[in-house]
Amino acid sequence: MLFGYHWDLTSNWTFALSILPILLHGMLVTIEATLLGFFIAAVLGLVFAVLRGSPTRLISYPVAFIVEFFRDTPLLVQLYFLYFVLPNYGILLPAFMTGAVALGIQYSAYTSEVYRAGIEAVSRGQTEASRALNLSRADTFTRIILPQAVPRIIPALGNYLISIMKDVPVLSVVTVLEMLNVAKIIGDRTFQYLIPLTMVGGLYLLLTLFASFLVRALDTRLPKRGIPLK
Amino acid sequence: MSDDTLVHFDKVTKRFGDFEVLKNLDFKVKRGEKVTIIGPSGSGKSTVLRVLMTLEPINEGVVYLDGDPLWHEKRGHELVPASEAHLRQMRKKLGMVFQQFNLFPHMTVMRNLTEAPVRVLGLSRKEAQERARELLDMVGLSDQADKFPPQLSGGQQQRVGIARALAMRPQVMLFDEPTSALDPELVGDVLKVIHRLAEEHDLTMLLVTHEMDFARRISDRVCFFDQGAIREEGPPDQIFTEPKNQRTQEFLHAVLHPEA
Amino acid sequence: MLDMLPTLLGGAWVTVELTFWSTLIGALCSFAFGIGRLSGNPVVKSVSVAYIEVFRGTSLLVQMFWIFFALPLMGVSLSPMTAGIAALSLNIGAYGAEVVRGAIQAVPKSQYEASRALNFTSWQALWYVALPQALPEMLPPFGNLAVQNLKDTALVSLITLSDLAFRAESLRNLTQKSTEIYGMTLLIYFALALVLTAVMKVLEKRIGRWKAGGGR
Ligand SMILES: Nc1ncnc2c1ncn2[C@@H]1O[C@H](COP(=O)(O)OP(=O)(O)OP(=O)(O)O)[C@@H](O)[C@H]1O
Ligand SMILES: [Mg+2]
Repeated sequence: MLFGYHWDLTSNWTFALSILPILLHGMLVTIEATLLGFFIAAVLGLVFAVLRGSPTRLISYPVAFIVEFFRDTPLLVQLYFLYFVLPNYGILLPAFMTGAVALGIQYSAYTSEVYRAGIEAVSRGQTEASRALNLSRADTFTRIILPQAVPRIIPALGNYLISIMKDVPVLSVVTVLEMLNVAKIIGDRTFQYLIPLTMVGGLYLLLTLFASFLVRALDTRLPKRGIPLK
Repeated sequence: MSDDTLVHFDKVTKRFGDFEVLKNLDFKVKRGEKVTIIGPSGSGKSTVLRVLMTLEPINEGVVYLDGDPLWHEKRGHELVPASEAHLRQMRKKLGMVFQQFNLFPHMTVMRNLTEAPVRVLGLSRKEAQERARELLDMVGLSDQADKFPPQLSGGQQQRVGIARALAMRPQVMLFDEPTSALDPELVGDVLKVIHRLAEEHDLTMLLVTHEMDFARRISDRVCFFDQGAIREEGPPDQIFTEPKNQRTQEFLHAVLHPEA
Repeated sequence: MLDMLPTLLGGAWVTVELTFWSTLIGALCSFAFGIGRLSGNPVVKSVSVAYIEVFRGTSLLVQMFWIFFALPLMGVSLSPMTAGIAALSLNIGAYGAEVVRGAIQAVPKSQYEASRALNFTSWQALWYVALPQALPEMLPPFGNLAVQNLKDTALVSLITLSDLAFRAESLRNLTQKSTEIYGMTLLIYFALALVLTAVMKVLEKRIGRWKAGGGR
């Protein structure tokens, strides 16, 4: 029994059917962790991107190093670090929060690159053109660069949302009851791994296909030449 | 079919979607003949060469090369679409020079000239290299063998392109606007090479070009293409000095007197 | 603190081995299925598409658990090492296959036409003309995938393989010095990633040599 649902081992079909609600329960946790992790990654990445673009090397260099460090080390070990080290310094977070923060940190390295590349791709020629038109720096950024950069940034961020979703199972090591962990527990108790694990694979396939579809729809919807200003 | 016909387009139609590029085209080239194709942009000149080089399949009609159907195979008395094996057999007789050269950028000039002879014809490296040196000599690039194509000028690249095609010993050489992508001062070297080829070899040549003077000098026959069909053909002197067809007159006038 | 280093470095060696083999086998999968996806043969093509979509569409850890826990129930028992390498290779190979496909498709059509005019077979055109040009384009994304793969190897600790992450976790259980242990572990992974990146950069230079000589 898990989350109040019993499994029915009479046949493969009844078993699959009986554990589906449990897995869906886990899927909800997966989605929540994905969204929270993505939110943290999107915000933190933006902070990193801005700091990295700072003209002061005392800021931009260390930030570049930190981003590289976050990118090059495994999510699992980052998660362990947060989960076991932070409490030593008096920071006690629930496992789910720790997991979301770890996802956010790992992926902030990637999102910061998305922001940087998105802005850089537009800004080269456009900054000079704006300068020639005597636009202020602030106007250049908010009215010229951003509207053109955003349509490039959003789909790329969307793809990382999908990547984050696929990394959520790592959170199972700190007892987060996401989809894979739930399936594993069912397996451990019934010695039936094949059905729950295959179902998790199937559910993942559905989730990622759906999310990719959304990202692609968003990508085609977004105006390619920039978001029109009113 | 008389024996000296090498290329024969028999009522060939080629479509891209609904658009008919070649309309019921009849066209013959004799063995050893040098034929120039001229005509406005989009008239289907490249398509004729690409059909012959087996780069574009046809929709109707039959193309014969040296008496054999190119895009078909004989099965009993019927013609069925050609297999890849048949196409490869037919391609042995053909060589093509492209407007954009299409050299292999990751291979040295020498390798560009020897790769196909070694892999396709089964020559030894040594044989292939000897032959390549002769060809490089002929196109005036003996000292460039070890360079990569991007290190050469356009004119040099196109001469390598010509040598590369010749290395396969084709019977028919197809040139699709070989000088259109070149800076004006480099055109001459390439034309010289083609001119020598035309004079010294019994190659059959099919040339699409906008170089009217050159066409006049080297061709046995000039064909004026318009809207996927031959509107007028004849010896160069006749076509260039007294064209009969009104479209030919207009076209030549526009090409020869662009400022008018 | 230094007395824990040998244990961790021993684990790091397992990580290096895992990375090496799974990147190598993953590269083979990338080429096989990336080319397979472009094949004219419908069976080869659909098998390739299915492989790529399934392994990119699901989570690596799910795949690893499936191979390690579920596959034995179908009569195929793999050692943790084999299961780990299989999951890592198949996973990274699916991403790599898309890189291979993209790079091959980016070779201009005119190169295939020139190959055809020289009477190459389609395999010869692929092997001698397209792939050598596509390879330099593949290397930077391959470099990223290799680093990704290095990080992913940490997951094998969850199927009882005694790699770097596994030993860090066991040491913490023993000593409770979590800050030092995980700090060192992160640094070792970071160092490995930097070395791997440097190796891939050297490879990039080597293989893209004809490009460097270019420029008109
Ligand atoms: N792959 C293709 N798909 C669709 N249409 C095509 C394709 N290739 C050629 N066409 C069309 O067929 C027509 C004839 O093309 P072709 O290249 O033979 O013309 P051309 O006489 O060589 O012109 P140009 O002097 O510009 O090279 C053109 O209108 C062209 O747009
Ligand atoms: Mg043309």
